[in-house]
Amino acid sequence: MSTDLKPLDAPTPRVQGSSVRMGDRVFTNLTRLAGIFVLVLMAAIGAFLVWKAIPAFRDNTGNFFTTQEWFPDASPPFFGIAALAFGTAISSVVAMVIAVPVAIGTALFIGFYASRRIATSLGFIIDVLAAVPSIIYGLWGLQVLMLHMDGITKWLNDYLGFIPLFRNEIGIYTKSIFIASVVLAIMILPTISALSREVFLQVPRSHREASLALGATRWEMIRMAVIPFGRPGVISATMLGLGRALGETIAVALILSAAFEINWHITEPSGNTFAANIALKWNEAGPIGLSALIASGLILFIITLVVNMIARAIIAKHKEFSGANG
Amino acid sequence: MSVTDRDDAEVLEGLSSQLAMKTLPRFAAGYSALIAAALTAVIVALTPAQGIAGSLVILFLLYMVVQTGWSFAVEGRRFAVDRLATTLVTTMFMIALAALVWIITSVVIRGLSSFSVDFLTSTMRNVSPLREGGGLLHALVGTLEQVGMAALIAVPISILVAIYLVEYGRGKLSTWVTFFVDVMTGVPSIVAGLFIYTFWVLTFGFERSGFAASLALTILMIPVIVRSTEEMLKIVPNDLREASYALGVPKWKTILRIVIPTAFGGIVTGIMLSIARVAGETAPLLLTTFLSQSMNGNLMAGPQASIPTFVWDQISSGTPASIDRAWAGALVLILVVVIFYGLARLVAKLTAPASE
Repeated sequence: MSTDLKPLDAPTPRVQGSSVRMGDRVFTNLTRLAGIFVLVLMAAIGAFLVWKAIPAFRDNTGNFFTTQEWFPDASPPFFGIAALAFGTAISSVVAMVIAVPVAIGTALFIGFYASRRIATSLGFIIDVLAAVPSIIYGLWGLQVLMLHMDGITKWLNDYLGFIPLFRNEIGIYTKSIFIASVVLAIMILPTISALSREVFLQVPRSHREASLALGATRWEMIRMAVIPFGRPGVISATMLGLGRALGETIAVALILSAAFEINWHITEPSGNTFAANIALKWNEAGPIGLSALIASGLILFIITLVVNMIARAIIAKHKEFSGANG
Repeated sequence: MSVTDRDDAEVLEGLSSQLAMKTLPRFAAGYSALIAAALTAVIVALTPAQGIAGSLVILFLLYMVVQTGWSFAVEGRRFAVDRLATTLVTTMFMIALAALVWIITSVVIRGLSSFSVDFLTSTMRNVSPLREGGGLLHALVGTLEQVGMAALIAVPISILVAIYLVEYGRGKLSTWVTFFVDVMTGVPSIVAGLFIYTFWVLTFGFERSGFAASLALTILMIPVIVRSTEEMLKIVPNDLREASYALGVPKWKTILRIVIPTAFGGIVTGIMLSIARVAGETAPLLLTTFLSQSMNGNLMAGPQASIPTFVWDQISSGTPASIDRAWAGALVLILVVVIFYGLARLVAKLTAPASE
């Protein structure tokens, strides 16, 4: 699929006098303009966010990166993104820890274990998870999942409580980062799984058959032929999933209890993320408050941009392999 | 793909096992499960109550231990690892499937229990959060208008970008455009909302409106449509283009009259899928148009409701009646998404022969 079909250039009619037809010139420039528009749009997103974030940076009396409080509309304004950055990072990391094994297992199951007749349908079913709107994940997480999470979080506290991450000192287990992470994990699962599956399918048939012919079990075939070939693809799929987890807003905003503190006990009600904070604070913010939220959005934009660029760069670098299977 | 890999593997495994080595009986998995279940029953009976979830976890762990241990004793390490891997991979898939089924059934069951025809034909005007009744007609209208407008803006731009990348793109510019279209798919939706707010409201001084929401959705739609259109244009056979050039048809006319019509079905399918995608977006709408309890058919002025923000509002109210409305709203939202997906498949099916 990814072999680049470069159509031959149209025969440029070389009638004496006019070198290129009028229609061709207009159409070429129109499409090029559209291409440039995409670049301008991305630049504009960055530029406008920087511009409108300036008042917040200027008036802030706290340290933007290390202050945990968020009082941008006080006089003088005092706020920082430390708590937001922490909450965003830890919820995404926990979500990745849960989602990556499940997603890769799902991709392997559909690719190499399920019967060929139903594999495509199974892939489609998992893709449905990607189509569920985030507000529904939030509603489900808040109203359904949260009621069933007490058992596991209490178990983590009772038996793994010596690890600070799982200790719960206040005995309340709702509205926690852990629950948000479980919901995030389900949301990013299809992203990671779909791309991994695509990469696994591109492993040359000859590699797989050769290893089976040498007497490898199915798992040895996967470990020796599929995983080494697919590793760059799986890594970039994971990065794309991470990007989605970092920027997810509504589901997280509904589940977390939005506290401005750094709390390592992820099963306690606490936590806040860049995106959730913007959605929750937006409609009560004054001028500097808006500017401060835009500033935090700018940081989120930069982080997701970097994560996505790395993912795309990995894919682009290994593109020459991806056509191996025709 | 005539002979499946799975059959190959099975034949090979079967052959080698018959020739050379001892294997577990055919229903080893079933026997292991039975043994594990018996052991679980003993453990649950002898130790303090574990609950259903705890018992299932114990059952699963025991199943793995029994099967792997048995296989290790009879077949050796390599085949034991293979069986363990099969169990784990299958379990991962089951977990993913269970999550999906759990979410969908929750929405359908709880949504249906508070759904009625009135819900589709009334608005939330003068309905207090404490009272039952009310509906999301205003939100349905808002969503259709906002998404429709977003599609109207995003579709021509995206198709032009895709044409540029496939038919004209050479050199540095096209590499950059391809790269940034990919990166754009990863822009968080809330950032799209932030940008439109700074651009449309803060800089140009327009009020928050359904149209501002459409602009934010446009940013989310463009990369999706560009990608799918690109794929569709790439599979149009070059022979068609060359035949057209040979007849002296200019390139732009070839693209508009030959290439686009050939890929039309696929392009429309991609557009439908992108609509289904953005119809459920909440975050950018909260920033750019916020909420409304009443009907506002005017895209250009004043706050306008939409289904996702309707659900958000009902959850935020938090009363039993409004939570019921939130579930019913979620059901309608899923139905809207499903309808667009269905339309996409229908278009793909109807136009499939034309592209061959």
